[in-house]
Amino acid sequence: MTDQTPNGGEERHHRPLPEDTMPKGGVNAPVPVAAEATPAVDPRLIVRQEGVKGYLGEFKRRLSSGELGSVPVVLALIVIWAVFGSLNSSFLSAQNLSNLSQQIVGTGMIAIGVVFVLLLGEIDLSVGSVSGLCAAIYAVLSVTHGVNQGVALLCALVGGAVVGLIQGFFFAKVGVPAFVVTLAGNLGWNGLMLQILGSQGTVNLPGTDVVSKLYSTFYGQQIAAYGAAFFGVALFLAASLFDAQRRRAAGIPSRPLADIVLRTVLLAIVAFLAAYTLNQYKGLPLALLIFLIFIVVLEYMLRRTAYGRKIFALGGNIEGARRAGISVPTIRITVFMICSTMAAVGGLFLAAQIQSASQTSGGGNLLMNAIAAAVIGGTSLFGGRGSTWSALLGALVIGSIQSGMNIEGLSNAIQFMITGAVLLAAVVIDSLARRTQKAAGRA
Amino acid sequence: MVTGEPVLALRGVSKRFGAVQALTDVEMEVHAGEVVALVGDNGAGKSTLVKSIAGVHQPDDGDIEWGGRAVTIHRPQDAQHLGIATVYQDLALCDNLDVVGNLFLGREIRHFGVVLDEVAMERRSRELLDTLSIRIPSVRIPIASLSGGQRQVVAIARALIGSPKVVMLDEPTAALGVEQTAQVLDLVERLRDQGLGVILISHNMADVMAVADTVVVLRLGRNNGVFDKSSTNQEQIISAITGATDNAVTRRQARGTEGPQ
Ligand SMILES: Nc1ncnc2c1ncn2[C@@H]1O[C@H](COP(=O)(O)OP(=O)(O)OP(=O)(O)O)[C@@H](O)[C@H]1O
Ligand SMILES: [Mg+2]
Repeated sequence: MTDQTPNGGEERHHRPLPEDTMPKGGVNAPVPVAAEATPAVDPRLIVRQEGVKGYLGEFKRRLSSGELGSVPVVLALIVIWAVFGSLNSSFLSAQNLSNLSQQIVGTGMIAIGVVFVLLLGEIDLSVGSVSGLCAAIYAVLSVTHGVNQGVALLCALVGGAVVGLIQGFFFAKVGVPAFVVTLAGNLGWNGLMLQILGSQGTVNLPGTDVVSKLYSTFYGQQIAAYGAAFFGVALFLAASLFDAQRRRAAGIPSRPLADIVLRTVLLAIVAFLAAYTLNQYKGLPLALLIFLIFIVVLEYMLRRTAYGRKIFALGGNIEGARRAGISVPTIRITVFMICSTMAAVGGLFLAAQIQSASQTSGGGNLLMNAIAAAVIGGTSLFGGRGSTWSALLGALVIGSIQSGMNIEGLSNAIQFMITGAVLLAAVVIDSLARRTQKAAGRA
Repeated sequence: MVTGEPVLALRGVSKRFGAVQALTDVEMEVHAGEVVALVGDNGAGKSTLVKSIAGVHQPDDGDIEWGGRAVTIHRPQDAQHLGIATVYQDLALCDNLDVVGNLFLGREIRHFGVVLDEVAMERRSRELLDTLSIRIPSVRIPIASLSGGQRQVVAIARALIGSPKVVMLDEPTAALGVEQTAQVLDLVERLRDQGLGVILISHNMADVMAVADTVVVLRLGRNNGVFDKSSTNQEQIISAITGATDNAVTRRQARGTEGPQ
């Protein structure tokens, strides 16, 4: 080490490091640190106290700094259910809630795809048309042409992926704004769907085919719903404990046990209440189970894999991501492919719901509902923030409003206005939260 | 101490942005175990030069040689694969990711090649930040909640992940306090002692004189002198930066390429 004399009166606090602090074996080697040099924790760091009091304090701090996450949507859901439940007792009946849990799956699946695109800070306006197109591909292949159902299903999903590839290419490689590409797609894919459906315009599903079964199957045994609830809770608990244990072993902060228990208990209450309600009617709908599996698996992909990390990075700082060596076009194209494929999945469930693929498939306010669901559920329109769970929560809010209004016999007109108002509220909350986050240093 | 083949060499690198000729025929050599300070006034083209090496910009003309062989660096990945790590002046961090996420962005420690090993990354992050003696409230808070200097240290720490052979630091101490500046300069010396080549951009002549072996001066996008620190003084360098003295070599080269003036 060269020991320079400080130059030009500049006060330079030169502290030669003792020899043993030199990393051995490259800069990447762990470096032991002189204890006095670095206290382990900044004394100004606000550390959460243990126990329930600390938990509440943390919760308040998060709310006031704009980290709302799914709190507003859960509150909204409680209010909506309370209002419609008090207006008409049949709203909260097991039958209605069970139907609701099945009916939200189509829109919810599409909303999962929208979440991915929103994480990039982009938008996909073609998901409605794509869902209709892929439903038509499946119906025409399997019913009209008698192709093997599994093959037809696969073709529909691949069709969705190809749509995403084309749109992603124009966005990521050619540089056309996603808004415009997918707006053109919205029209174009709708046209292709009409072309595929041909002159008769409607292809009815037999009701015994694989897609219809995926939608309409119920597991009637009590054990099914409870078993699924138990499995979910146990998985959560095991994962949390395992993670905390690994962190303790590595000597880094871990979630306190009380915290894990509290979360597990909350999850268990929700899961078993849902299972109980479903068992009061026909049991566990397969469609709901598939929806939940998609949410959990894709959430894991977003949070815990290198690929998911890249999606978030792109949503945070595109140039930063590029300089970190991330191939920006690849991520963009694959995210658009995921979005369109999820639109295809949602379209198949919607076709099974009405037992046909028709000229109106994927039309109406499906597109708006899917985007609204993702945003209402708490995924930010500004990119870099969100979760696949928002698809479930948002779809539940929209589905609940529709179902409640139908029970009350209110017209579509009022339904649309209310859904519009809820969407506006969600976007306002998102914008305000972003502002508070900036002010509180969390964005 | 500095002998032999340079690890990284620029031969006549030029870069143009629209109407601005940001770099003209820039020459530079970096050897293993050498700290090269790149100095020049605002807008001299220092950051452009660093970005051209890092693969953010492609030079319009000239060669970049790595270990004596001309290489093409099209993308930041190419530079990373060669072993060039860069700390950018504008840091280029992702505000929505936490400190660990930023440190390992693009080079995550993984299980089975896909699943993130958060525990290993967090432990490694703590060790790395400790060596830079920065106090960061928690490695799990988003970058957005850090101060400018804390962000800068995160950006510096990021360059040390992986095993670079050349580290480029674009004004790494601009936002740092006294203690942290000293730490970064110590780090630069440590990197040199480990045989890495270091390119250090700084406007602070005291820092430059303290750690540099060679000082390369850029003026208006052109070389304006290469000084060996042991045989020069601060005044000479400053006059080269401000243009009070034109470097004889540069003048001769300019005549050679543009004809007599
Ligand atoms: N992306 C760009 N597009 C157009 N012009 C640019 C771009 N980047 C840099 N320039 C121009 O190139 C010239 C050199 O800029 P550069 O950032 O390399 O300067 P610098 O030496 O790093 O200055 P500083 O000390 O202020 O950081 C400037 O005239 C600048 O306007
Ligand atoms: Mg600069």
